[in-house]
Amino acid sequence: MKSASLIPDKTQLISLYHEFQKNISIADIPYVTALRNEALKSFEANGFPTQEIEEWKNTSLVNSLKPSYNFYFNPFKEKQDVDKIFRCEIHNFETYLFTQLNGWYIYKQNPITTLDNGVIAGSLSAAFQAYPELIQQYYGKLSNIQNSGLTALNTAFAQDGIFIYVPDNVTVEKPIQMVNIVNIDESIFVQPRNLIILGKNAHLTFVFCDDSIRHETSFINSCTETFIDENASLDFYKMQNKDSRSTVITGSYFNLQKNSKLCSNTLTFNGGVIRNENYVTMAGSGSEAKVYGLYLMDREQHVDNQVYVDHQVPETLSYEQFKGIIDENASAVFNGHIHVCPDAQKTEAYQSNKNILLTDTARVTTKPFLEIYADDVKCSHGATVGQLDPEAMFYLKSRGICDRNAKMLLMYAFAGEIANKINIEVLRNRIDAMIVKRLKGELSICDQCVLHCKENEMINFKIDMSKI
Amino acid sequence: MVPLLEIKNLKVSINNKKIIKGLDLSINAGEVHAIMGPNGTGKSTLASVIAGRDVFTVNEGEIKYKGQDLLGMPIENRSREGIFLGFQYPVEIPGVSMTNFMRTAVDEHRKYKGLPPLSAVEFLKLMEEKKKMVEIQSNLTNRSVNEGFSGGEKKRNEIFQMAMLEPTLAILDETDSGLDIDALKIVANGVNKLRRPDNAFVVITHYQRLLDYIVPDFVHVLFEGRIVKSGTKELALELESKGYEWIKEELEK
Repeated sequence: MKSASLIPDKTQLISLYHEFQKNISIADIPYVTALRNEALKSFEANGFPTQEIEEWKNTSLVNSLKPSYNFYFNPFKEKQDVDKIFRCEIHNFETYLFTQLNGWYIYKQNPITTLDNGVIAGSLSAAFQAYPELIQQYYGKLSNIQNSGLTALNTAFAQDGIFIYVPDNVTVEKPIQMVNIVNIDESIFVQPRNLIILGKNAHLTFVFCDDSIRHETSFINSCTETFIDENASLDFYKMQNKDSRSTVITGSYFNLQKNSKLCSNTLTFNGGVIRNENYVTMAGSGSEAKVYGLYLMDREQHVDNQVYVDHQVPETLSYEQFKGIIDENASAVFNGHIHVCPDAQKTEAYQSNKNILLTDTARVTTKPFLEIYADDVKCSHGATVGQLDPEAMFYLKSRGICDRNAKMLLMYAFAGEIANKINIEVLRNRIDAMIVKRLKGELSICDQCVLHCKENEMINFKIDMSKI
Repeated sequence: MVPLLEIKNLKVSINNKKIIKGLDLSINAGEVHAIMGPNGTGKSTLASVIAGRDVFTVNEGEIKYKGQDLLGMPIENRSREGIFLGFQYPVEIPGVSMTNFMRTAVDEHRKYKGLPPLSAVEFLKLMEEKKKMVEIQSNLTNRSVNEGFSGGEKKRNEIFQMAMLEPTLAILDETDSGLDIDALKIVANGVNKLRRPDNAFVVITHYQRLLDYIVPDFVHVLFEGRIVKSGTKELALELESKGYEWIKEELEK
């Protein structure tokens, strides 16, 4: 198996690329290889982001880049029984399940599947060869290799990930679930790459789970490009439950055409250093983007959510809402940047970030940023950082509820607002239960999967009316 | 017999401002006491101190509840021991449903008494029963605590919570303010249904009107941080006709 072990600095990575270029490009079409070379040049110019860059002021990768990592350039040959590694524990949650293990797409028979309704889903590297027209039309078109060193690095090295194509007028009835597992007994650097294309009037729910199984150091630098054509809609859920020795970078690029809809929800439960970058381009009139996020951090964990919404045309709407509870020595960052082009009249753009700090040592940095060049727009932003409401605490305690449970009720209510935005009922219920568990300090990555909660566990705070 | 509640020489301040200036009050099980008096004389402060709000400083005096020192007791234990405060301004808590709130409260009360938690079915039955008692429409309970409730709904919700927790000593802080006559009757009805020989009520009010429906055994007039006059229900009628100026004049004599 082709692999290397090194401390990831710029020079080392560039020579690594040249050394393994043949392996890296093995599934490429010329278009992809050319893109890699261009991306490598950009990485050479930009390198890893440092805190001198405004957008990276409050997140440092220094510690994440200190250890030595293993890089793999060939798929894992040994047969991995995915069913044994991972089992989604949500009952009645029917999905088309796809798995990525240590950055590689795992399959039993075919690397790429065509579902009954014409939907194509499977390995990106297989798609390079199988669907070159789609690749040339869409791949690398949204991701910005010029400005982001990490996206450039991903574009240069990325070999696999998930590829989804939903043809015009197709509604994918069951959600497609992508589980990205890191399970290896050594430190690993992986760079998954995903491409999702929704045709006109296509509808898809995509659930993305990032999980650790072991406690080895890992660095995931992933990039996802998503095209949403006219009248199409995408529900995009991202669940992150990683161990404290992992660094996770997600670059998510969305492009919305006329009258299309995006609902994105990023739920972060655990992790070492997590940075989620969302780039949303409102390219067609009548498009709507809702971008939600929830983060529950403690210990030394760090999460950084960046949202950039670019309103390019008239009559588009974006709505951002991020909430977080930060405990112990954890820290959180939110940067929301709304850009309204001069022609983008009648834009509506709303942004909100609310935080609860539970200790004196928990930190949050929140920065809303509106850049508006049109005059007929409705925009608002708001950010709050506070403690739990003392009046509400007194009210709850005056009814006999102990301090811990009163806090739990208030935190659960705070976090529940984001969980309530989940449109799939079974998933919403499970996430609700996970939030309660996480707030009680009982959720760990040892639960195998982000969606794994013990069924018999009694949740005191919610009565499921449907079961009575 | 040990009184249910006994307050001796209570002095309370907030931010160094003296509010209660030496108050004595004794309440026995089975009694209903009304506390009346003009604004800013310490009625709500007294209620808050009994419930355990920590923004106030108790400078002197003691409060005994069932013979135990109340002031050292945690807020939640006061409730579990049977003290209930009906808030003058019930707090809105978005996202916390009435069901989850009451279930947590009832379970904690039961746990304190060494009882097992109620099953979901038992709990919902209890809710239904108490809702009927205070004439609450069924949809109220699936809403967030007090969020978007009208003034009347909020007050009725306080009585509903009281019915759920069945306190030994209930203090209703201006529960009648802002209520129309129908809502007032419902609230008073709720209280009357909960009256028992082994519990007591303290009704804080500005107006005699409520006392037509909740008939008190004793009426106290709180003025400038002290109880300056105590009597029976006739005192409330006298206050209604003569006004608080009459008390002031009497005090000046």
